[in-house]
Amino acid sequence: MNSFFSHIRDSDFDALKRSIESATKDRVRRAIRQTQSGDDDVLAVFSPAAGEFLEDMAVRAAAVTERRFGKTIQLYAPLYLSNECSNACVYCGFSCDSEMPRISLTLDQALADADKLYMEGFRHILLLTGESPNRYGVEQIREVAKALNGKFSSISIEVFPMKARDYKTLESAGVDALTLYQETYDPRLYKKLHPKGPKSNYEMRLAAIEEGGQAGFRSLGVGALLGLRDWRCEAVMLARHARYLSRRFWKSRVAVSFPRLNPALAGFEAPHPVSDAHLVQMITGMRLLLPDADLVLSTREPAALRDNIIGLGVTRMSAGSRTNPGGYVTELDSGQQFAVADQRPPAQVAAMIESRGFEPVWKDFDPVFLQGSRS
Amino acid sequence: MTHEKDDVLVIAGEIFNSRLLIGTGKFRSSVLMAEAIEASGSGLATMALRRVDLNSPDDSMMNHLDPKKYKLLPNTSGARDADEAVRLAKMARAAGGFTWIKLEVTPEPNYMLPDPVETLKAARQLVKLGFTVLPYMNADPILAKHLEEAGCATVMPLAAPIGSNRGLRTKDQIAIIIEQANVPVVVDAGLGMPSHAAESMEMGADAVLVNTAVAIADDPVEMARAFAMGVKAGRMAYLAGAGGESRLARASSPLTGFLNSGDSNTK
Amino acid sequence: MIKISLNGEQLSFDEAPTLAQLIESQNIPLYFIAVERNGELVEGDPKKCVLEDGDTLEIARFVGGG
Repeated sequence: MNSFFSHIRDSDFDALKRSIESATKDRVRRAIRQTQSGDDDVLAVFSPAAGEFLEDMAVRAAAVTERRFGKTIQLYAPLYLSNECSNACVYCGFSCDSEMPRISLTLDQALADADKLYMEGFRHILLLTGESPNRYGVEQIREVAKALNGKFSSISIEVFPMKARDYKTLESAGVDALTLYQETYDPRLYKKLHPKGPKSNYEMRLAAIEEGGQAGFRSLGVGALLGLRDWRCEAVMLARHARYLSRRFWKSRVAVSFPRLNPALAGFEAPHPVSDAHLVQMITGMRLLLPDADLVLSTREPAALRDNIIGLGVTRMSAGSRTNPGGYVTELDSGQQFAVADQRPPAQVAAMIESRGFEPVWKDFDPVFLQGSRS
Repeated sequence: MTHEKDDVLVIAGEIFNSRLLIGTGKFRSSVLMAEAIEASGSGLATMALRRVDLNSPDDSMMNHLDPKKYKLLPNTSGARDADEAVRLAKMARAAGGFTWIKLEVTPEPNYMLPDPVETLKAARQLVKLGFTVLPYMNADPILAKHLEEAGCATVMPLAAPIGSNRGLRTKDQIAIIIEQANVPVVVDAGLGMPSHAAESMEMGADAVLVNTAVAIADDPVEMARAFAMGVKAGRMAYLAGAGGESRLARASSPLTGFLNSGDSNTK
Repeated sequence: MIKISLNGEQLSFDEAPTLAQLIESQNIPLYFIAVERNGELVEGDPKKCVLEDGDTLEIARFVGGG
């Protein structure tokens, strides 16, 4: 079976940009109406021409989302287990070149944070680490997952890339979802932004989500960091990637995240900042192309934007996030990955969701029934 | 945008200029069969394997169809389980070096519906034996994914029971198969009229396979032509982009209105 | 006397024919056919395949089909 990399290898991003920019208004209108999208639609919904049709896209995206997901928003919380990292991503607070207190939580510390999130109502938890598998690796993540399994109805991971065997180990320990951003789909830019460390290999990172698919995760999450380059090309590649994954790993749900770059400790200024309107175009466009995908928006985004975007396609949101290890309970002195813009406590976010006519969902799947048959 | 002139059907790396695949059964004579297939413009014709009738030993359809002109696709019709299908496929390969096989497993004599369990089992074995497998199947999207994962070159969901001429009865299921497939989707069985073929192509099927409707027409040659046109019209309509459902009304308070208000950094 | 069953019919020969001879004797063209001998597919040269008393043969060829 070929990998998505074979679709990228020959991608000419300049030519891609030109084809996105050449989409006509008529083509955009058609893309908004379609019920079965093709690659022409992918180019059209993210084109400059579609900018004028933002309201039409929003109306359609809202209808598609409501039909598929009802009026619900799933809530999850991130739990940072470690900020040790041997990569030097120029935009990331965890970069090994940035000086900050490095911490890996002990199992007890991790469980204390998890308990706090549980008390706040969360049943979906996302475990995160930097990329330093010698200091915090598969075994440590497995221990945490095993301890949280059953208590949390969904355990996701957003950690370093692995092979299917290691993913399978975590899947057996109760992890049901994998998120791994490619950061940028442009291989040349990728090389510049990831000058050293294991992450400098573009192809290996791209392949990892497919390893996760083989391991059988129920959800596969992709994303590109918004602001590193022209967002339209990233959006097109991201949509193609998501479509590829949903066809190949047809038993898994695909999730797409929209992380806009936000000044972290490194103080990295996004060279191509993405405006609110463009973010809305990207989210609503993605919904039209991927009616069944989970669309995720984190606390990187400010409260006002998050409030208004509910109903336009987003199905999953984090709340009350801390992006430093031990940030919930132990209040350790540890560096954070990025600054949180929406700092409201989870209960307040849930109340806001309700006030907008949506149901905040803390838990939507209970794996307990299935565990009898799990090996 | 794909234009009609360079729009070809590719199955397992082989290129076909026509998206109409044609069956060779049930014609009143072999001569009429050959004429109808010629008129259909098809580049792929299916055939079956049967015991030689010792009373007319040299009556072979191979006398009437030029293998250089058509890709000939033996089927496993008559097979009631995976073992029989594999046996027939091996015989077809021995008889003429045919490595492409249309897999049919139909244990039940009335509707000739394909057996999903045995078909999947046979597909796995045949792929392992090096065959290029084109399975006839019920319009079941999950089965389509399993067959694809087994390594099949296409999936061939039925529109209606074979020979029934009832048209696209499984339309909604086939739409899901088309949406999810990574291999060509060929709508097979039950298409009775050119409009049925057009309807299949309009919704994005990669090809259709027709036999009975052509073979039993009063004038099979004209019917073959009509099907060719139906397939073409449907494909053109698909490529041209059908209108789809009507535009939704705009909400009285716009959903994206917040972008123009003060609390956002719209550029 | 050699008795051979071909496609369900009993045939008799004075001496054991090769598969090729048998096929020829029935006026069946030698191309695009498949032969099963006692349930096993014959893949070698029919001229070199000497039949035996009691053999059961099935010979198939292509006909119209959908």
